[in-house]
Amino acid sequence: MLADKDRIFTNIYGWHDSGLTGAKARGDWDKTADILKRGHEDVIEEVKASGLRGRGGAGFPTGLKWSFMPKEVGARPHYLVVNADESEPGTCKDRDIIRHEPHKLLEGCLVAGFAMRAHAAYIYIRGEFVNEARKLEAAIAEAYDAGLIGKNASGSGWDFDIYLHRGAGAYICGEETALLESLEGRKGQPRLKPPFPAGVGLYGCPTTINNVESIAVVPTIMRRGGAWFAGLGKENNTGTKLFCISGHVNNPCNVEEEMGIPLKELIEKHAGGVRGGWDNLLAIIPGGSSTPMMPRDVCDTMTMDFDALRNAGTGLGTAGIIVMDKSTDIVRAISRISYFYKHESCGQCTPCREGTGWMYRMMDRLVRGEAEEYEIDTLYQVTKQVEGHTICALGDAAAWPIQGLIKHFRPEIERRIAMRKSVVDAAQ
Amino acid sequence: MPKLTVNGIEVEVENGASVLQACEEAGFEIPRFCYHERLSIAGNCRMCLVDMERAPKPIASCAMPAADGMVIDTQSERVKKAREGVMEFLLVNHPLDCPICDQGGECDLQDQAMGYGEDSSRYVENKRAVDEKHMGPLIKTVMTRCIHCTRCVRFATEVAGVPELGAIGRGENMEITTYLEKTLASELSANVIDLCPVGALTSRPYAFVARPWELNKVESIDVMDAQGANIRVDARGGQVMRVMPRLNEQVNEEWISDKARYAIDGLRRQRLDTPYIRDKSGRLQKASWDDALAAVGAALKKAKAKGTAAIIGDQLDGEAIFAMKSLMDKIGSPHRDCRQDGAKLNPKVRASYLFNSTIEGADEADAILIIGSNPRIEAPVMNARIRRNHLMNKVAIAHIGSQADLTYPVKYLGDDIAVLEEIAAGTHAFAKTLAKAKKPMIILGNGALTRKDGAAILGRAKTIADNTKMVTAEWNGFNVLHTAASRVAAMDLGFVPGKDGLDTQGILKGANDGTIKLVWLLGADEVDMSALEKAFVIYQGHHGDKGAGVADIILPGAAYTEKDGTFVNFEGRVQRGARAAFPPGEAKDDWAIIRAVSAVINKTLPFDNAADCHAAMVEAVPHLGALDEIAPAKWAKFGTSTKLLAEPVGAGLDQFYMTCPISRASETMADCLRASKADANLMAAE
Repeated sequence: MLADKDRIFTNIYGWHDSGLTGAKARGDWDKTADILKRGHEDVIEEVKASGLRGRGGAGFPTGLKWSFMPKEVGARPHYLVVNADESEPGTCKDRDIIRHEPHKLLEGCLVAGFAMRAHAAYIYIRGEFVNEARKLEAAIAEAYDAGLIGKNASGSGWDFDIYLHRGAGAYICGEETALLESLEGRKGQPRLKPPFPAGVGLYGCPTTINNVESIAVVPTIMRRGGAWFAGLGKENNTGTKLFCISGHVNNPCNVEEEMGIPLKELIEKHAGGVRGGWDNLLAIIPGGSSTPMMPRDVCDTMTMDFDALRNAGTGLGTAGIIVMDKSTDIVRAISRISYFYKHESCGQCTPCREGTGWMYRMMDRLVRGEAEEYEIDTLYQVTKQVEGHTICALGDAAAWPIQGLIKHFRPEIERRIAMRKSVVDAAQ
Repeated sequence: MPKLTVNGIEVEVENGASVLQACEEAGFEIPRFCYHERLSIAGNCRMCLVDMERAPKPIASCAMPAADGMVIDTQSERVKKAREGVMEFLLVNHPLDCPICDQGGECDLQDQAMGYGEDSSRYVENKRAVDEKHMGPLIKTVMTRCIHCTRCVRFATEVAGVPELGAIGRGENMEITTYLEKTLASELSANVIDLCPVGALTSRPYAFVARPWELNKVESIDVMDAQGANIRVDARGGQVMRVMPRLNEQVNEEWISDKARYAIDGLRRQRLDTPYIRDKSGRLQKASWDDALAAVGAALKKAKAKGTAAIIGDQLDGEAIFAMKSLMDKIGSPHRDCRQDGAKLNPKVRASYLFNSTIEGADEADAILIIGSNPRIEAPVMNARIRRNHLMNKVAIAHIGSQADLTYPVKYLGDDIAVLEEIAAGTHAFAKTLAKAKKPMIILGNGALTRKDGAAILGRAKTIADNTKMVTAEWNGFNVLHTAASRVAAMDLGFVPGKDGLDTQGILKGANDGTIKLVWLLGADEVDMSALEKAFVIYQGHHGDKGAGVADIILPGAAYTEKDGTFVNFEGRVQRGARAAFPPGEAKDDWAIIRAVSAVINKTLPFDNAADCHAAMVEAVPHLGALDEIAPAKWAKFGTSTKLLAEPVGAGLDQFYMTCPISRASETMADCLRASKADANLMAAE
């Protein structure tokens, strides 16, 4: 269990002042200029040494990502874009960072921006986060007034501006290139890769897009050292992570914990355990709605880190843990997630545009058992036809939950089909 | 130049080529819907997926740049599965209405479904239905068939330069629309019909008219503007059913204007299908060819050589022009002109009336000065090239003339021609831009050349060309943008006043004061007919237009789709058109009518068939025999230095849709004109 001294987000519950004074009291903005004095490469090396992996879902090593930016600024300026379009169902960590620890994010922007030689950061915030956007705007104003950002930010000699941009509330705009499109004022649709944003990103300039949490932990890593961060958690899955536990637990919460913590321990220590006890557990979705669920027997021994979950056929994603006890209509739950992806598909590429609607309609019938048994296989094949054939990962995200359901709960679906059949037969 | 392996075959492709192009190079066809060579890459249909070594998932080959050492597999089981999957998705919401779809028989979806489709559907849900969208009188929409490839959106935005098409909604509710459901305000709009891989956008005038396999296809040349776009004329029975573009990289790439495509319904209306003679009461009466020819012979005899004049029209083939010139020479009349608009072109210096940079050359120009022309309506396909040059190279373009939206930003220098003096003197800012440019260009239009001071403007343009070093060994930046398809051929053939001959204005004046007794209008409908009331008028042409109204004898001729003929476009490229249908009724080829008249007056021309006529023409002007070539034109002195007039300079045409006898007879073009005016009014009201 994470010791209090190793906690990065010490005000994640908003018990203390989230303004500049409070943030400074917690150690934010402390000698930021000294961090920058170490130079661009040194910051990147330190983050690389920490083993930090992106907190937005894909888990790509952050330091490595930064190192893809050109080493020299050419004719085109560099940009840092912070993805605060947190829309993954089951995830609410970035929201609490913005509400209660905005200065961690802003300081992180300065440090990360400096590392990649950017003079500007854009924070793209989800449209529904109205209060959060206000809070962040106020924090940005505070930071400007205190000279922490702007010209000669924090007295470091590096000019740095932060702009807040509010989205219109589309899930797809959390995909990094769709976010760039939206930020540029166009319809939020993912771009083709290559070219990658580090070469051709925002307004055609080299750009790095990072999740809020990835950026917010950087100042602390710089102060306490990459080695400290790397010493937490497991190998290749280092540091601490904000877990969002929701669903059928006694005490749903956001909590910062070490990577690799056993799932059972996490839920029982912090979320007050599964409603009705661990034995009442049906399944858990470990990383936001797009990751496949795990049935109880897998949950028993699962540890919460990128590699362990991937080996179990699912993923850490955003660490939005959705707990479902035995009262859950599991087919309906997945059908609802399917509806979400059908609704949020941008419509640009064929498999996702046509596939999400098809999958949802089949799921909807399966909830009531209005299907033939072979259609379960059809549905599985359709998810396979979508997966890996789309421009962005939304297609995969729509396919995985259904694959998880069929893998672990096929008998339940078959039972419904059989029941429906018997009812119809009886009626006739 | 990257080298890669496709299905075990090593290929080397140009830098910047995509994997899809590399696969084609290796001889493997890649199915695709959204990809199009002339549009940006969207990568959204996912039909072109291929396997790449070390890639965890199949890649979209259209969007992946070919790189050295790539190993591509287009035939793996995974690729086949992926394509079949995509095809199934495309079909789940596509209606099975092929039997009533106009795209049937030339539909990419149909074709590729043969290769990758299943014989039955697994989709048992309700299919999606989408409202039709209004896109004007040319484009018929059945949006339920749309597969969202966005080719039309990209064409409108990138090539046509009217960002009026787009997608609204998301996911399966995404719909392609003009947002406000108004007519697509482009002269190139109907090209989206060709681009549409399915039957979502089809041709409204051609709706339910014919099936592609019923049509007889003839390769020909368009005469609606002077660019000489390569077209394919599809006819059934004796009727032209539709016109489609043909690929010619050097001329029209694969686009044609809406007029070239849709004015053809004018070929069925207002046609002259029998000779007419005006009787004593002033009524035109049907006549036999024998009577008409005899009447022409008598009239020619009466008018004598000095009192006879000929003016030719804008859409004629070289053979007809040559026959007419030969006849006038035999008669001994010097009064003839091909410039019915009165353009002050210099027939002695070929370089002075050609688009010397060539159409392809416009891609390389790095500074362009447009004088008295609106290329958007005078040569829309050419204009799209200039637009592309602007998009790719940010070429500086200045415009003198009536202000118009050319689909690219221009530096507007006003409509006062006096600014030419400043540019010629080198004191104007744009003169410096031209001088600095490596391949500067002047485009001189009819708005300037048809003015009284046209020759002086020509002179100033030459001065500008000389002063800014526009003409070098490899480059000639002096260009005239004609609006008449027959103009360059007629100038080459010397259909201009002979010794002491009168030009168009002179002929009209002479006809009015009685010195000219007979005027032969060969397809000429754009001159001021009121000046011809006193003269005896022979109208030879295919439409009952303005010329036929004042005619005393009408000789029915053939339209461009009804004859084999030689055409020369504004850059001087010689091309051949071909007969797709026969002229209606008694109408005949123009050269044959003139040949018949020559026999009646005992001055028989020395050719008895079309081939002889063509051969005689080539003998007279050899370069007309070199097909698809541009004869080099020497740079020499031309133009005058007289004073410029202080009147505003306009453009060659004031509207696009109805500019010739054929398009004036076309209901479709009338609809287009109405729609464009209605939309303009709406915009003005807002």
